[in-house]
Amino acid sequence: MSDALKELGAHIEMQRPDCVIGWDVAYGELNVDVALSNIVAFVDWLKTDATCKFNSLVDITAVDYPERAKRFDVVYHFLSMYQNHRIRVRVATREEDVVPSITPVHPSANWFEREVFDMFGILFSGHPDLRRLLTDYGFRGHPLRKDFPTTGYTEVRYDEEQKRVVYEPVKLVQEYRQFDFMSPWEGAEYILPGDEKSKANG
Amino acid sequence: MMDGAKFDDALTGEQKIRNFNLNFGPQHPAAHGVLRLVLELDGEIVERVDPHIGLLHRGTEKLMESRTYLQNLPYLDRLDYVAPMNQEHAWCLAIEKLTGTVVPRRASLIRVLFSEIGRILNHLLNVTTQAMDVGALTPPLWGFEEREKLMIFYERACGARLHAAYFRPGGVHQDLPPALIDDIEDWAKNEFPQFMEDLDGLLTENRIFKQRNADIGVVTEEDIQEWGFSGVMVRGSGLAWDLRRAQPYECYDEFDFQIPVGKNGDCYDRYLVRMEEMRQSIRIILQAVEKLRMPENQGDVLARGKMTPPKRGEMKTSMEALIHHFKLYTEGFHVPEGEVYAAVEAPKGEFGVYIKSDGSNKPYRAKLRAPGYLHLQAMDHLTRGHQLADVAAIIGTMDVVFGEIDR
Repeated sequence: MSDALKELGAHIEMQRPDCVIGWDVAYGELNVDVALSNIVAFVDWLKTDATCKFNSLVDITAVDYPERAKRFDVVYHFLSMYQNHRIRVRVATREEDVVPSITPVHPSANWFEREVFDMFGILFSGHPDLRRLLTDYGFRGHPLRKDFPTTGYTEVRYDEEQKRVVYEPVKLVQEYRQFDFMSPWEGAEYILPGDEKSKANG
Repeated sequence: MMDGAKFDDALTGEQKIRNFNLNFGPQHPAAHGVLRLVLELDGEIVERVDPHIGLLHRGTEKLMESRTYLQNLPYLDRLDYVAPMNQEHAWCLAIEKLTGTVVPRRASLIRVLFSEIGRILNHLLNVTTQAMDVGALTPPLWGFEEREKLMIFYERACGARLHAAYFRPGGVHQDLPPALIDDIEDWAKNEFPQFMEDLDGLLTENRIFKQRNADIGVVTEEDIQEWGFSGVMVRGSGLAWDLRRAQPYECYDEFDFQIPVGKNGDCYDRYLVRMEEMRQSIRIILQAVEKLRMPENQGDVLARGKMTPPKRGEMKTSMEALIHHFKLYTEGFHVPEGEVYAAVEAPKGEFGVYIKSDGSNKPYRAKLRAPGYLHLQAMDHLTRGHQLADVAAIIGTMDVVFGEIDR
């Protein structure tokens, strides 16, 4: 399985050296890093090439790394029902970058890209209908970014007097609990009380 | 096709009708949950469909980022609440792939057994409620009785009828009592086949059911690729694509079962495929029961290690076991850095879990890939040119559950 994927990875790199930045096989899965501008051509090639034949789009998602200059990874998963193999394609993108939409190649990318836009605020160029998908009508912010609080900013309740649903800022009865389970002897960043000098001397 | 595009009779002023926009749902019994469809109608012909989803969005993926791997497991039950254990399965497989855990043989068999029970649970609900959408009232009443029995099996295995949290990374939570295995066998051998015959007699040759389903919502091989279909939506159109066979996980490769395929790719063929899949699931269940009784398949149901709790008895005597138990349920286990995608053939299609791990006890990012999401997306494509009444039949046959679509 892994050998076949390595062969496939080498084949892809040889055929499309302009697109592929790097590739590896990890946990029995093929990962390919692709440059942002080439993604549509590359996906189209993956779909038509006889060895690859990645005919079916499985998933598009993104991962947020706030500390990186290229903040987001857009992750595409493809499946070939004919060759029976899978591939993961990653595209690193800045917050202000616009990712070319792959809807012309895979119409099924439509909702996935809408969801990524909704959740991460990544814009897609050439998308037919880039509206919010999962969040509320009139929602603000992009919930899956790491700087978005899990509790959100607004909460909703039914107001008996106004006879309608009203939006209010979130009021928490207690702090949102983020447990820090990192044990002090496993390389936690903070300094325990009384230990201030131990590092400075040693 | 029945798209009234060729309607160019002479029209008087009164006859000129403009397109009609209809809001379908979110509280409509045929919407199978909280689906809002904005339909543009030309008379009774559907011109355009715009599904509005997200009314059941609970932010599962965001919540998962602040919880440990084990705490996240029950969220998977709440996705496709019709067949909860199949979802858990994908989550466990992803974690096991990252950590390289080998599941004990007995646990693997139990997983197969309950995955197939989940498949029957799902198909029973789908087939019978789809029949209700097109006008039959008896099938759901009968089908839910069988579902009740299956949920009792769930309950006897893990204590919960719906939100099981039974599959755990490294195995399953508890071993099955022998009496339960006997009862499952008895049900699969003596009760269910009779029920299937009854259901068959009610629906398969029913004139109204056929008229409402045959030639409706035809899916072609091209549609499958363009819209990323999986599961019965693929098999109904004649492609024998099943992850249990194509990319075997767990121990499906040693089971003897067939993959039913349809011919025309319409709603009626998908109904037939689902019916046959239930019969095949019964075959797998019976084989699994047989294997579970074999002496060589006895033993532990959890891969003992840091991912799973120590035995209860051990905790009474060993301090280390007690610490292990405490750390496991507070801090949780750490998972090596990396990213994986694990998919199972859930009853609705390919259910996948993508985990990006940063080496800590919580997933850095978890993405749940629901089959119904892609099927519903193709709603516009599939219903265009159909009658308004067919919309309900097509939603029914696509097998959508909003827990997994909205996440």
